[in-house]
Amino acid sequence: MINKNKEVTVIIGGGHAAGTLLTALLQKKYPHKVVMVSEEPHPPYQRPPLSKNYLAGEVDKASLYLKPPSIYEKAGQQLRLGVRVEQINRDDKNLILSDQSTLKYDQLVLATGSHVRRLNVRGSDLKGIHYLHDIADTDALRRELVPGKRLVIVGGGYIGLEVAASATKQGVKVTVLEAADRLMQRVTGPEISEFLYAKHTSAGVDVRLGAAVIGFESDDQGCVNGVTLADGGKVSADIVLVSIGVIPETALAENAGLLCDDGVVVDEFTRTDDPDILAIGDCTRHHNLFFDKRQRLESVANAVEQARTAAATLMSEEKPYDSPPWFWSNQYDVRLQMVGLSQNHDQRVLRGSILDKEFAVFYLCLGHVIAVDAVNFPVAFMVGKQLVKLRKSVSAEVLSNPNIELKSLI
Amino acid sequence: MGKIIFIEHDDTEHVTEFRAGSTLMQVAVDNAVPGIDGDCGGECACGTCHMIVADEWFGNTGTVGDAEEQMLSMTPERARTSRLGCQVEITEAMDGMTVHLPEFQM
Repeated sequence: MINKNKEVTVIIGGGHAAGTLLTALLQKKYPHKVVMVSEEPHPPYQRPPLSKNYLAGEVDKASLYLKPPSIYEKAGQQLRLGVRVEQINRDDKNLILSDQSTLKYDQLVLATGSHVRRLNVRGSDLKGIHYLHDIADTDALRRELVPGKRLVIVGGGYIGLEVAASATKQGVKVTVLEAADRLMQRVTGPEISEFLYAKHTSAGVDVRLGAAVIGFESDDQGCVNGVTLADGGKVSADIVLVSIGVIPETALAENAGLLCDDGVVVDEFTRTDDPDILAIGDCTRHHNLFFDKRQRLESVANAVEQARTAAATLMSEEKPYDSPPWFWSNQYDVRLQMVGLSQNHDQRVLRGSILDKEFAVFYLCLGHVIAVDAVNFPVAFMVGKQLVKLRKSVSAEVLSNPNIELKSLI
Repeated sequence: MGKIIFIEHDDTEHVTEFRAGSTLMQVAVDNAVPGIDGDCGGECACGTCHMIVADEWFGNTGTVGDAEEQMLSMTPERARTSRLGCQVEITEAMDGMTVHLPEFQM
């Protein structure tokens, strides 16, 4: 895509993917002008701490920023913050912005991320019902987390459980309502779910499984004061957080006629079906060489890997995205590190001690390691990363044998 | 305030300014030093901020934690003075410190 004339590359979005792309381009000395347009008033920042130490008030806003804003300016990159892209005109190769201006592009990168899935039940517009996706959401929730208040969290996934841990630390009384029959059901096996259940319960969180929410109750001020469950039960609340997942942000791409399928469809080089438009991060459904299929992933690792791939593509280098996905979470003294996707496993192998809070679950499919979930066991995660990447075939007997060093398996 | 010098595997030097209270990883990332990714933002979850502290400065960098030790034990470029940059909090005593970067991150 490089030619002699100076061209303009525009990045839409200001999250982890956009920020990593800016950095990769400046490190590669990308010769073209780069403009990032983001609706949020902040330079690219990290979302993982929002549900953890930022919510707990342990770190300040500036520490969330991926880089000090001055570094982008020094590199000649322009951040247009607090501006929304309303429309992509592919014929004229320009963008209509919310401040009524137009912005020309030669190459465009969509890094539009995702938005939270809303719960549409009776009373879901009441005051006191929160979602958590950005700094503003987190600031609003944090202001309400006062010791002794009752926080009801709808959804027992990563965000719900991380908030439960952070809020509990602050003396808030937390109830988690999970509709499935175990925690984090979508992303992990029963051993980790049960371990986390015990962990949260012993920390004082009231965890209710199989609890489907059908409505919210309000006081005379229009503030939420309770949650109604499908079984007729009621749970009192001062604050509610709904954390039931995200939906890829594809509206701009769809309106521009780009191929979308629950995510902007891209290949292993992050290219959409328009040769001048790339897409990266949460908003994409990418051709994943590792799984050899189209995959959508909501994770930092996916965002940064795709961003680095996009930088290579913009530099006309061939660097396909082919690494297995990985994830992490911190809750209380639990460090959870996960690699691969475990959904299709036919065998699970436990190594280490659940009681000692140091163990790993290896997920096998037809004898190959396809995923590893490690609790306070970084070596198992690091070895697992290699085993999954190499699609190693290792027997259950070897994986569970404490006399065989994990490191010897790679 | 003070200076830390990062030296890439190909000997490219980056002289950076720091303020106490930050971490070695954050200073490298803030200055876009290539070879330090810090993908997890400093939560000791990813192992992409491996650095090798110059011998004479190693004693100033504190102790290696258990999780950090496990992560470091997995890199083939492990040296006696290896650290994960996110686990080293910067103090004024580190002014002038030299830190080498490995060829590859984990």
